[in-house]
Amino acid sequence: MTQTMATPRAAAPARLRPALGRMREFALLPALAALVVLGAVVNDSFLTERNIISILGASAALALVVLAESLILITGKIDLSLESVVGIAPGLGALLVIPAAAAGFGTGWPAWLGILAIFVVGGAIGAFNGWLSVRLRLNAFIVSLAMLIVLRGLLTGATEGKTLFDMPDAFFAIATTTFLRLPMSVWLAVVCFGVAGFTLRYHRLGRALYAIGGNPEAARAAGIRVERVTWAVYTIAGVLAAAAGLCLTGYVGAINANQGQNMIFTVMAAAVIGGISMNGGRGTMTGAVTGVLLLGVVDNLLTLAQVASFWKQAIYGAIILVALVISRVTSGQAQE
Amino acid sequence: MNASAEGRPPLAEAAGVTKRFGSTVALADARLAVLPGESHALVGRNGAGKSTLVNILTGILAPDAGEIRFDGAPAPAPGDRDGWRARVACVYQKSTIIPGLTVAENLFLNRQPVRRGVIGWRRMRREAADLLGTWGVHVDPAADAGTLSVQDRQFVEIARALSFGARFIVLDEPTAQLDNAEIERLFTRMRELQEAGVTFLFISHHLQEVYEVCQTVTVFRDARWIATEPVADLPRAALVEAMTGEAADLGHGTGRRRPAGTAARLAVAGLTGDGFADVDLTVRRGEVVGLAGSSASGKVELAETLVGLRRPAAGTATVDGAPLRFGDVRRAMAAGIGFVPRDRHHQGLVPGLSVGENATMTVAGRLGPAGVVAPGRLRAAATAAIADLDIKTAGPDQPVSGLSGGNQQKVVMARALATGPRVLVLINPTAGVDVKSKQALLAVIDRIRDDGTSVLVVSDELDDLRPCDRVLVFFHGRVAAEHPAGWSDQELVASIEGVSR
Repeated sequence: MTQTMATPRAAAPARLRPALGRMREFALLPALAALVVLGAVVNDSFLTERNIISILGASAALALVVLAESLILITGKIDLSLESVVGIAPGLGALLVIPAAAAGFGTGWPAWLGILAIFVVGGAIGAFNGWLSVRLRLNAFIVSLAMLIVLRGLLTGATEGKTLFDMPDAFFAIATTTFLRLPMSVWLAVVCFGVAGFTLRYHRLGRALYAIGGNPEAARAAGIRVERVTWAVYTIAGVLAAAAGLCLTGYVGAINANQGQNMIFTVMAAAVIGGISMNGGRGTMTGAVTGVLLLGVVDNLLTLAQVASFWKQAIYGAIILVALVISRVTSGQAQE
Repeated sequence: MNASAEGRPPLAEAAGVTKRFGSTVALADARLAVLPGESHALVGRNGAGKSTLVNILTGILAPDAGEIRFDGAPAPAPGDRDGWRARVACVYQKSTIIPGLTVAENLFLNRQPVRRGVIGWRRMRREAADLLGTWGVHVDPAADAGTLSVQDRQFVEIARALSFGARFIVLDEPTAQLDNAEIERLFTRMRELQEAGVTFLFISHHLQEVYEVCQTVTVFRDARWIATEPVADLPRAALVEAMTGEAADLGHGTGRRRPAGTAARLAVAGLTGDGFADVDLTVRRGEVVGLAGSSASGKVELAETLVGLRRPAAGTATVDGAPLRFGDVRRAMAAGIGFVPRDRHHQGLVPGLSVGENATMTVAGRLGPAGVVAPGRLRAAATAAIADLDIKTAGPDQPVSGLSGGNQQKVVMARALATGPRVLVLINPTAGVDVKSKQALLAVIDRIRDDGTSVLVVSDELDDLRPCDRVLVFFHGRVAAEHPAGWSDQELVASIEGVSR
């Protein structure tokens, strides 16, 4: 015991840990259930099918960005610029498609190529962020903050601050087409979370993320290609953020120069509430999903309750704060 | 040496101390009496309760029952940090020196000399220089503490403890990260301080150090006090027996077998890199070769190059005739090289992950189709490894951070063995593990060599080198000497130190 890193607290409850660890994934479910009950009591229209679909539709974009950020956080990095990717990726895609008369580049690409471009732009930005962080070894926090500002500025510059409307219907299809009454964006989020959840739990690449986030040197010594995997995670996160941008474009029906702005704070809150460690190496997709749903329900309840819009932000922030405290207490783990 | 202590109460005393963590008993009716002016060794296997006792002696933990006395007087109240600091200090294995601050500020942290609330930097440096001079520590007070060697950090920590007035100092495995020359320097300093009236409680896994520097030894086993004896009256075998509770077979002769002229398995030619130059080396099938040398000799760097952690500047290596491509651990593993890295905390384990996942991390791609890790197969592989190496754990799902040091090291060994290596490179394989785990870890060498696996043991620990057919001694990055099995301890140590005889 003389040289173990663990203080004596590790000695006693070791046997209970695995079970507790599994329970931590669901630590937020009671809070979520309580909110749903509260919503049902307070407002008659809360538990209607229409409202539930609306909550899910409104949460789809957030969910995809939270997924992207969670992957990066588990790997022990951080990428704040994802919120700008949410704006610039669909923005560039639209500019390549719409006519010059509507502020486009005048390239007049077909819609499918424009949509493909959205994902390519997202992936390229992610890869560039990965290069900055992995190859140049810049601090991930500060470099992604710089990228956040640069990308936002690029979008504002390219659109000259205007809002883009005249995209073909294909740009909105993901949010307007439905399957089993749910928008395709929701299905996309479900599939992405399903794949990510499975990979993180049952595939060596997913487990490699935890190993890298937990101790990169040990991961390297075990033959995991730390740089390559981290780089790939950044790229995938960029693509996911671009997908989120497309969902948001469809949901809103236009692309504003500030699409996605300030979203990253909600994203971080949802991830941490959901039990993703800011220090890397810990967190599950189940947790991330409950974090997203919790914030989605809160947002919806505030809207239904017709809270004066000037006060909504303060209340929303306060609720995030309370949720963080609750998840700290229920998980019994320090949020690092 | 204890003559002066006659009739005086022990400088530090623990009586009937009991401590529980949940259902785990960390200490049961423990006792300890350290007389003024002696160096007192505290030995025991991992989990024997040494750390808990030290934490109680230094006031970090409060005992559930029992009493601590200093110089016959009861210990200060639990929250009275200044009271404790004036009586006892502990130099931990993990340095408490803050890098980035100067040595002077580290010495006077949170008690900087001030005039009207403003820190007097010049005065602080002067006082630091005085303090370091008083205790013979040759370190520049204005230097960045992060640039100090491990040894100098320890000396600064000792000086800091003494400046609080404490004359009883606990050294928690101080030699673990030192090379032989540094260990000698530490012991010289300990003897000088002892002359000046400082009392030490010395914790070490290396029993020869206990014999070298201590007068009295206290043995703990399974959370209990076992014995306190003058070192001179306790032969090595009896000490090991007291620690393990069974007659032990340690310190026996060095390896005997030598495989007869079989093919070369690992051949290194002209390898030059960071800290070593122009190394030629051949390891045959089933052969066990030791690489010894001081910490700056380049032996670890050479080993890390072979396993893919470093890229050499020049030279080649082949495994079974196939050229080894450097700089990529995955590729080295595919070529048949497995390894235990030099520091399990730094490179060996992911503390938050389970025993099972750590043990199978090198083979995660083989536990299911297309890289899918099938939980059942992971569990089966981990369970086999746990049984194979006798890892004491609640099961494959237990986080590896909850294991004792020896068992953690076994997990790292399991991780290395999982790939079925043809060449196994062990760097400091028994660093900071107890006697019993050490035997178990070294027994692996004898077992796998029979299957034809070649082993490279990189260590300056004599016990690690005993199973070797021959030991190559590195000195300043080159192979300086070769000792076939049958070397004597003195011979090898002299060779490692570069003392020609």
